[in-house]
Amino acid sequence: MSEVYLNGKFVGEVDEPLVFVEQFKSERRKGNLSENANIFYNDRSNDIMVESGKGRARRPLIVVKDGIPLLTEKHISQLEKGEISWSDIIQQGVIEFLDAAEEENALIAFTEKELRSEHTHIEISPLTMFGLATSLIPYANHSPAARMNIGGKNQKQALGFYVSNFLTRMDMDVNLLHTPQVPLVRTTMHDIYSDEKHPAGQNMVVAVMSYEGYNMEDAIIINKSSIERGMGRSSYYRPSIAEELRYSGGLVDEISIPDKDVKGYKSEHDYRHLEKDGVIYSEAVVGEGDVVIGKTSPPRFLSSLDEYNLAAATRRESSVSLAHGEKGVIDFVLITENEEGNKLVQVRIRDQRIPEVGDKFTSRHGQKGVVGLIVPETDMPFTASGIIPDLIFSPHGVPSRMTISHMIELIGGKVSGLAGRYIDGTTFHSEPEEDLRKELLSLGFRENGVETVYNGQTGEQYKAKIYVGNMYYLKLKHMVANKLHARARGPIQLLTRQPTEGRAKEGGLRLGEMEKDTFVAHGASLLLKERFDSDRTIVPVCEKCGLIAIYDEHKNKSYCPICGDVEITNVEVSYAFKLMLDEFKSLCVYPSLKLKNKY
Amino acid sequence: MGIYQEYKEKLPLSLFEEVKEKTKGMPASKAKKVLARVYKAYLNAKVEAGESVGLVAAESLGEPGTQMTLNTFHFAGVAEMNVTVGLPRIIEILDGRKEIKTPMMEIYLKNPYSKGKDIKRLALSIKETTLKDVITEVSANIAEKKIEVKFNKENMKEIGITSSHVISACGKAFKGISIKKTDDGMLIKIKGGEDKINEVYKIKERIKEVYIKGVKGIKQILPVKRGDEFIIITAGSNLNEVLGLKEVDETRTVSNDIYEIANVLGVEAARQAVINEVNKIIEAQGLNVDMRHIMLIADTMCFSGNIKGITRYGVVSEKASVLARASFETPIRHIINASLVGEVDKLSSIVENVMLNQPVPVGTGLPGLVVKVRK
Repeated sequence: MSEVYLNGKFVGEVDEPLVFVEQFKSERRKGNLSENANIFYNDRSNDIMVESGKGRARRPLIVVKDGIPLLTEKHISQLEKGEISWSDIIQQGVIEFLDAAEEENALIAFTEKELRSEHTHIEISPLTMFGLATSLIPYANHSPAARMNIGGKNQKQALGFYVSNFLTRMDMDVNLLHTPQVPLVRTTMHDIYSDEKHPAGQNMVVAVMSYEGYNMEDAIIINKSSIERGMGRSSYYRPSIAEELRYSGGLVDEISIPDKDVKGYKSEHDYRHLEKDGVIYSEAVVGEGDVVIGKTSPPRFLSSLDEYNLAAATRRESSVSLAHGEKGVIDFVLITENEEGNKLVQVRIRDQRIPEVGDKFTSRHGQKGVVGLIVPETDMPFTASGIIPDLIFSPHGVPSRMTISHMIELIGGKVSGLAGRYIDGTTFHSEPEEDLRKELLSLGFRENGVETVYNGQTGEQYKAKIYVGNMYYLKLKHMVANKLHARARGPIQLLTRQPTEGRAKEGGLRLGEMEKDTFVAHGASLLLKERFDSDRTIVPVCEKCGLIAIYDEHKNKSYCPICGDVEITNVEVSYAFKLMLDEFKSLCVYPSLKLKNKY
Repeated sequence: MGIYQEYKEKLPLSLFEEVKEKTKGMPASKAKKVLARVYKAYLNAKVEAGESVGLVAAESLGEPGTQMTLNTFHFAGVAEMNVTVGLPRIIEILDGRKEIKTPMMEIYLKNPYSKGKDIKRLALSIKETTLKDVITEVSANIAEKKIEVKFNKENMKEIGITSSHVISACGKAFKGISIKKTDDGMLIKIKGGEDKINEVYKIKERIKEVYIKGVKGIKQILPVKRGDEFIIITAGSNLNEVLGLKEVDETRTVSNDIYEIANVLGVEAARQAVINEVNKIIEAQGLNVDMRHIMLIADTMCFSGNIKGITRYGVVSEKASVLARASFETPIRHIINASLVGEVDKLSSIVENVMLNQPVPVGTGLPGLVVKVRK
């Protein structure tokens, strides 16, 4: 007797669980039961779980009967001719979807070679055990799984051609690669997801060697002429949005060029690109601080008294302008209305991104690196046949990471380029490396892919033979132009008077607790003081009560709010300390400063 | 002899004696050169005034500490004889914990025993034996208020105790019971009326823990050969009693329980124990920390006469400055307590001066210059 549960609810008992389960499965394959239902017999607790609900991860497998897969050559030829479809073979019970529970009862053969009579299913392809991104890695069965995960992750960050209607879209943070290419070394998955419609990389000639030490620690070196030919070039799109908001009291925002008497008026120069309607024109070249959409807002906190006050009635400037460090060209202007009927202006800014030192590139094998140097073509190494690499990859990245697939793709790309055909690098049934080598030999190159290479600067022949080939490289969305940041002086926080934090706010780089300790350890006392001077203030202190006094600028005189006109001394402390004293006072703790001359 | 006289005052005595020994028989001019160089090296090794030794010590120990977190082998040894090692052990020592996770002793023995004489018997006699180690079964009879215990004769023989020994030990442990010897064990009868039924259960459980023989607290013993002598390694520690045993070499026997060492041998021994234990862990990890950093930390922990951990309850609570204490965990408590007694912060240490953005009184911030103004 086994209990049977349907979607977790007890529905009854059966005498012969195994017979029941088999019957269930065969009825499902016949089509008498929904193909969405899965059954699982747990022999330890002796109960049967039938699941038909949503949210189960299921995967397709070919059904095997007596060691023979039900999917035949006939099916395949019919599929190819289009006589039957995927859903037909599911209906026939040739392919079924198993969920995680039913998989426990199944014995799944990996390949046809190992198929025995005990097997219940066989994989459609070993590729089905990978995710989409991982299946796009060629020769992945030659590399550690961890690297392939990284490689898959990297591909998601690659710049490419994400949609073809990008011109009419207002997406945030968009990158488009200018001349994307389809990879020469492909996997089946490339065809399945039709990568020719949205490719995300470019085929580059790669040499595995060092160059002047500029490709240490995973850096890569790029040929300047290749960049000038358009390699790795991309555009960055970002919209600026302004809306005419309505406020209580019939007050409304106004999109227009702000009047000069508006509170917070920037400067005429900042508004120079605006047309009469307050919106910038297309193809205007804008830089940091330039106003893109001019807007004014009604004054804030209008009290009844202020209504008669002329100064308070002026409107506030609330234009949208380019943030610190941003630049670009106005790509597209859209004036429309939103759901609430408010006027909405969207302006798309485009910025061309030419590869520069610090931009991130990667192959598909988790071999990422940033550009370390851009070398003029004249200085690049060249092979005996005159091939100049687009990219130089450091050989030190390989031994510890064991990305053999990276090395095989290089040779595969070389064969592909020379023979003029795509190479199938699908994981587990790719074109064998030996065949690639043989073909390379027949094409008149060295079998192992190495070539005689000459120093581009001196013309001398390198003593070593250099591994040169073709690889699919991806430009990743992490570009220095979005990240580079430094500051000497700049904005401070209102509360603490310390520098703001983060690149967007032009913030400072924090010298933290442990960094402070290193200064102390060196005994660099005055250097430490100077570093922490960012919130230095001079406060008047009452000598009598020890509290912070008041400096009256009008009378140019300091006085204590408690003791009155007594002796006041100016003391230099950090503003954070002054804040702390205030906080003590709020805790009803009296922090009295007893002053003494240090010198 | 003349050449040495000059350096006798300048060099520390132990160093001076060593150089003197090593330069014996050297020509005077050569020995003089050696002395001069030793003196120079000695001066170089000296810490300069104003050096922030405490912070450097903290950094020197903290940096390898970060590497130790990556090393996940925090225990070593077999199931019964587990020893805390690595970062958890360092934290345990520096926090000055009273109860350490795995107390341990290394018992060195005097001559005939250290050569292996009676080693097994000796080890077993040190190990704490409770009733549960020498019995096979305990069964309670509620109705008659009786507990029947069956002895394990083999174990008893090995440990070297008789059943009468066990019976008298049990008899001393509980009041209101009478014990009768049976053929293969003993029979315990609880005196009193019906209200004592609960007692039967209680005694049945508690009787297993009755101490019979050995040194209390020694949970496991492991005689091992170190070099050419036998020592006994124990899990559990009881320095006081073990040092009293006549077979034990009390000059070398150690415990890893620093609190116990402080109680039995005094704070100076505890200080040395801190140094040894920390050093042991650091060396076991293949790291290298200068001895003087560890010594400074041990000094800080012990200079008050008791062991103080490097925690908010230990050395940090001893700091003179309110602001310094408040800047390290539980600030409000320190500020409120300071305000209750009207504490004054002299701003004489580092943390306070960083807070006020004043030059910290170490290194270049330490010396003050006084200018004599001519009238």
